[in-house]
Amino acid sequence: MTTVLEARDLVKEYPGVIAVNGVSFSVAEGVCFGLLGPNGAGKTTTVEIIEGVISATSGAVCYYGEPAGTRFRQEAGIQFQNTALQDFLTVRETIQMFRALYDRKADLDHIIEQCSLGDLLDRDNRKLSGGQRQRLLLAVALVNRPRLVFLDEPTTGLDPQARRNFWDLVQSIRAEGASIVLTTHYMDEAQVLCDDIAIMDAGEIIAQGSPNELLRQRYQGLIIELPISDLTDDLGQIEHTVHEKLGIVEVVTSDVGSSLQQLSPHVTNLNHIKIRQPNLEDLFLDLTGHSLRA
Amino acid sequence: MFRRIYAIFQGRNREFLRDKASFAWNMLLPVVLIFGLSFALGGDRNAYTVGVLQDSDVIVTEQHPFLDTRYMRFVPTRDKDDALRKVSRHQLDLLVEFGDAPRYWVNPDSSKGYFAELALLQSDALATATIEKEQITGAAIRYADWVLPGILGMNMMFSCMFGVGYVVVRYRKNGFLKRLRATPLTSFEFISAQVASRMVLITCITVIVFTATHMILDTRMEGSYFTLFLVAIVGAISMVSLGLIISARVTSEELAGGLLNMVNWPMMLLSGVWFSLEGAGSFVQNLARIFPLTHVLDAARSVMLDGATLGDVAPSLLALTALSAVFIGIGARVFRWGQY
Repeated sequence: MTTVLEARDLVKEYPGVIAVNGVSFSVAEGVCFGLLGPNGAGKTTTVEIIEGVISATSGAVCYYGEPAGTRFRQEAGIQFQNTALQDFLTVRETIQMFRALYDRKADLDHIIEQCSLGDLLDRDNRKLSGGQRQRLLLAVALVNRPRLVFLDEPTTGLDPQARRNFWDLVQSIRAEGASIVLTTHYMDEAQVLCDDIAIMDAGEIIAQGSPNELLRQRYQGLIIELPISDLTDDLGQIEHTVHEKLGIVEVVTSDVGSSLQQLSPHVTNLNHIKIRQPNLEDLFLDLTGHSLRA
Repeated sequence: MFRRIYAIFQGRNREFLRDKASFAWNMLLPVVLIFGLSFALGGDRNAYTVGVLQDSDVIVTEQHPFLDTRYMRFVPTRDKDDALRKVSRHQLDLLVEFGDAPRYWVNPDSSKGYFAELALLQSDALATATIEKEQITGAAIRYADWVLPGILGMNMMFSCMFGVGYVVVRYRKNGFLKRLRATPLTSFEFISAQVASRMVLITCITVIVFTATHMILDTRMEGSYFTLFLVAIVGAISMVSLGLIISARVTSEELAGGLLNMVNWPMMLLSGVWFSLEGAGSFVQNLARIFPLTHVLDAARSVMLDGATLGDVAPSLLALTALSAVFIGIGARVFRWGQY
């Protein structure tokens, strides 16, 4: 598969802080690549170095094998985490203005339909809701028919319905053949949208691969959850991996029946027990040992 | 390149024109100032101004007892034609030349000229016995005639510098510049679009305000409207460019405001918006030449009051063009899209 984007050993140092420390990854054509991590992990800095918005202290970024330059600017679509638009301009005028900045142009009607902006075209930018605004920012990122789309925490602050609508949109962009680099601290979002992920913490990539592959490598089986308050004594003699967090005990097991049998003498109320698949949030907490939203 | 410049130019125009409060302020401020000042300061002012035709920049009072007269301001001048023109317009109440053949020029239609002449003749009866008198005629230039270009120039200066300087800093702070940075737009294209947008808007505003005040107050217009229009355009470009340099890297609106004021206030005071720098020291007059507003006002007043032609104001236009080129060149070079 052709490599669209390659980041090689990126480093960004600020006085007294190394924000990004030797980050390398590549994105294949047609793939949605997720850069995950808590706030302050260095995701946005990494992506902004790649986008050419800030300069790296060292390292290189290649687009289709060439140093990212003019072609990259023409063919990349970018949605920043925080972007202000010009006041007093309508949705239509904003899209038209950005579209005029590119040689490559998307069909205006298609973008408007894709981002469900048809009813908002004459509305002032300042009068959009959070979800509408994110759809406009995505439309702005699509005005040049991008081959590579950067989405930096696009659903932060959106309600659950708006988040899921946005996921549909991202999937439709991908279905049209564009590659996507998505940064997020929502692990469920990454699990739904991403083919490949890299988990960052403290400026470094600590795990990289497909979500299923990473979970398979880390966990052999399912997770049994039960409240600590339901335990009659400690679980020291149980032969499984056990974690405690926020008043919940998690037991990782490949044999649920046997584990339940071992647990039952120590539990006052079996009705509170939950059994579930491990997810990226479990993986992240295992790898970093601290909360995702820290 | 031009398509991208036009897109940003159009976006900025819409933003400005739809911000009704800012737009109204840009229109109303100069009108209020012009009308207010023309009524408040329209009458004769108290000071007497006498031109002294001589080679030196220093008035030597021993030359003639008249030069020691109290309540008179003596202004040394080498340019006889310019001084005579000022006498004809009542800008100088009297022009005197001492030496081997002492002479003076007075406008018989000027009340202040009459009293200045009396003071001259009575200052030393013996010395003035042989002084030769010449009369210069011409209608007075009202303060409104003189101050109109000054106020329009000042409004242009504030609008160009704050209108661009503040906006660019706001764009930088709220991340809009960062968003543009991620497109093929270059800093030169962005700066050119800002210059063009503000130049067109402020020129239109200036034309509207000039036309209205000119019609209502019947202000003097001796030269060509086209030449004056050209002065306005070139002047606006130079002042927008200066505003862009100041805002090229700044990320704080407070700092931008301070820097803009640091340039605006000396420019307003030294460029002759409110009063002529006639009589000011040569250092001050030379210092004033570094400000675009000085060249704009010199050229505009020459066209409006003296009927100067395009050729006459060409040095001012060239100076403004050179300043603009330097400002835009530096601005594009030091321009920063983001906050860091």
